[in-house]
Amino acid sequence: MTLTHPSALPATDPNDWRDAVYELFRASAIRQVVYVPDAGHTRLIDRCHADPDMHAVVLSTEEEGVAHLAGAWLGGDRGVMLMQSSGVGNCVNMFSLLAACRLPFVTLVTMRGEWGEFNPWQVQMGRTTPDILKISGLTVHRVDDPADVAETVDSALRIAFDGSQGVAVLLSQRLIGRKDFTAED
Amino acid sequence: MSAALLDRRDVVARLLADRRDLLVVSGLGSATYDCAAAGDDPRNFYLWGAMGGTAALALGLALAQPTKPVLGITGDGDLLMGLGTLTTIGAQAPANLSIIVLDNEVYGETGEQPTATAHGTDLTAVARACRLNAVDEVADMAGVEALAARLHAGDGPLFANIKIAPGNPEKVLPARDGAYLRDRFRGAVLGDAA
Repeated sequence: MTLTHPSALPATDPNDWRDAVYELFRASAIRQVVYVPDAGHTRLIDRCHADPDMHAVVLSTEEEGVAHLAGAWLGGDRGVMLMQSSGVGNCVNMFSLLAACRLPFVTLVTMRGEWGEFNPWQVQMGRTTPDILKISGLTVHRVDDPADVAETVDSALRIAFDGSQGVAVLLSQRLIGRKDFTAED
Repeated sequence: MSAALLDRRDVVARLLADRRDLLVVSGLGSATYDCAAAGDDPRNFYLWGAMGGTAALALGLALAQPTKPVLGITGDGDLLMGLGTLTTIGAQAPANLSIIVLDNEVYGETGEQPTATAHGTDLTAVARACRLNAVDEVADMAGVEALAARLHAGDGPLFANIKIAPGNPEKVLPARDGAYLRDRFRGAVLGDAA
């Protein structure tokens, strides 16, 4: 199988919040990480792919991930979904599964369209994502400072898996850095 | 082609008759009623909503329980709503997962409006193109019998699209409280670890 992630990754950098989140996933026994990619999640996705104890699963659409993680939980696996704010809208009907079955669910959402956004097509979901998550019954944490990421994700994992709740962590566009449309990427 | 299309209740009853350690996820509507009619079991997870999610939910379960056979059984409408999931299943290729579609070519719950399969969409060909091990036409009960054995063979991801007769048999309604279905399923699969 050909995967695009690097075969050898650098060791954990204690100053990199993405590495801190990965270590938290390991410490919290996260076994399935499902995602529709975002540039802000790249390093975390790479690390999950490289981990033989995790299934890293790329999805065709984010709503798939809600159902996928419901199945994972029914089978005894903890999971997390990584997506960007545009994906939240794709999940809305599938979020009813979380409410109907009172399932634990954690998603880390990289925000677009809220800070210095170049692409106006991203702005709508950037604006509506927090409210959509809240009215869908999820608890929403937001992070702007890299120093707060690990602690916030830890809180989300505890709320979700200790109490069968849905939690979303919004990683703000200021934190991620806005996408540069002038450089080769 | 056989003379008569198969009866959905006969098909599901046969698939589950000797289920052993099979874990079942059923799609909303008739597939859920069919599984209930075949005999309630705590290892059945009945969907009453979340349309388009049956195959994805079965995939997450199959990855979590790789030593047990997992069956996602659903209708053509539900599979069509989440058709992209076949690409995800093909990429993950879990050997213990089977997806079976009861294809009556209509949205049976809402007035029998034709689905795309009525107009020629070939779900077997789609699944094969997504690298699932798709079986050819299952046209009689001998074929269903062979398929029931394949569920336990561990040579998946297996896919079968079964053309079934039109009509809605009497509804057999299982429990619909999701938290209850979740707890009893996890209890049956995970025991004390649930």
